[in-house]
Amino acid sequence: MKRVRVIPALLIQNGGLVKSVKFKDHKYVGDPINAVKIFNEKEVDEIAILDISATAQKRGPDLQVIRDLAGEAFMPLGYGGGITKLEEVKALIFAGVEKVILNTSAFHNPGLITDAAKIIGSQGVVVSIDVKKNIWGKTNVYVQNGTKNTSMDPVAYARQMESAGAGEILLNSIDRDGTYSGFDLELIKRVSESVSIPLIALGGASGLPDFEQAIRHGASAVCAGSLFVFQRPHRAVLISYPGQHELREKLFEKL
Amino acid sequence: MITIIDYNTGNLSSIKNLIKKIGFDALITNDVDKIIKADKLILPGVGHFDYGMQNLKKLGLIELLNKKVLEEKTPILGICLGAQLLTKGSDEGVEPGLGWIDGYTRAFDKSKLTPGLKVPHMGWSDVTFTPRTKLFDGFTETPRFYFVHSYHLVCNKPQDELTHSAHGYTFVAGMEHENIIGVQFHPEKSHKFGMRIMENFIRHY
Repeated sequence: MKRVRVIPALLIQNGGLVKSVKFKDHKYVGDPINAVKIFNEKEVDEIAILDISATAQKRGPDLQVIRDLAGEAFMPLGYGGGITKLEEVKALIFAGVEKVILNTSAFHNPGLITDAAKIIGSQGVVVSIDVKKNIWGKTNVYVQNGTKNTSMDPVAYARQMESAGAGEILLNSIDRDGTYSGFDLELIKRVSESVSIPLIALGGASGLPDFEQAIRHGASAVCAGSLFVFQRPHRAVLISYPGQHELREKLFEKL
Repeated sequence: MITIIDYNTGNLSSIKNLIKKIGFDALITNDVDKIIKADKLILPGVGHFDYGMQNLKKLGLIELLNKKVLEEKTPILGICLGAQLLTKGSDEGVEPGLGWIDGYTRAFDKSKLTPGLKVPHMGWSDVTFTPRTKLFDGFTETPRFYFVHSYHLVCNKPQDELTHSAHGYTFVAGMEHENIIGVQFHPEKSHKFGMRIMENFIRHY
């Protein structure tokens, strides 16, 4: 049996919990603190909180909200969104976050990764990489919530992030986001083979069999949004997380 | 007072939060006068071994802690780096550790890891424990805990080994020697399992 981390990803927009499809069409899900409380009761492995309005609004992390969220989280907590300064990294750790997640600022200023890793250790620095395929099937890394194409290949980019000091890669497929169409396994394989740090797969999960596939293709952990906040087929809001028995039987024991 | 030693190594509020959650209060401090009065000590920490030891030295805490722990027998719980510092030294650095437990902190032997396993060992792992410890009182199922570490504990005396876990191979996940306890995992990030460990430490030691 092999335990792998199964991580709900929570998107925050203007203070509310939302969920997107292909980084668009954000639907309101509820109150983030309430969601964290529920996930805490369900004993989730870890939580990733991404404030998707911070960078767009050119502001830093909302520390008061993060402190409140961390106070409810008796599991590891990662936070991303609007982090551009080392002072913010320190403040986040002090607010009770274990991991900072860098995306746009990792692209513009990889030195921030290095500096953050020196202070909090590389295990606490996650670089999130959003990937989108163009019409010819070429994969590009996007930043600024998937609005800006960097024209970089995810493999070269992930390597660069690793050498800058990242301790983990959160690899997200924009094309699969919220679609329940399964992970982009080829992408997971290519990127995980090119780095030696753990890779967390995100984007497209529809259930435990997708998690198993992601791990088989090189992911060290799996992450999902819609799967844990909606009930299909109509995206009705329902916060859920598989129980330990189900995780053991349908995931850990198969690995 | 339960006293969490603040020596500038990472987030301590989550440990205080956990203690509060189970109905107790704790103080986060590096003030010598307050540490002297502690009934129970918690030595947390995330980061480099040498950095941790150097910070303890800079704050003038080593002599005081030696007295509290070795003479007064104040119970102490080391967590993660705090547990590693209880040993005599680490592969990670050159500074000697506190040396209260006859053991050493070793790097994960990557040659013994199965392909696909990475270092650091990051995530949840099942933990087995020796029944003679009170730290694990009340567990009816195999507990799981959250780990983040590239180095692990090695005890020279098997009787000091408290818990074991596995990442590629079995390693010592916790040590106990009289009033001195160290756990490699993070109780403050391990849900009800961590709460129980903390409550046992507070009530039984």
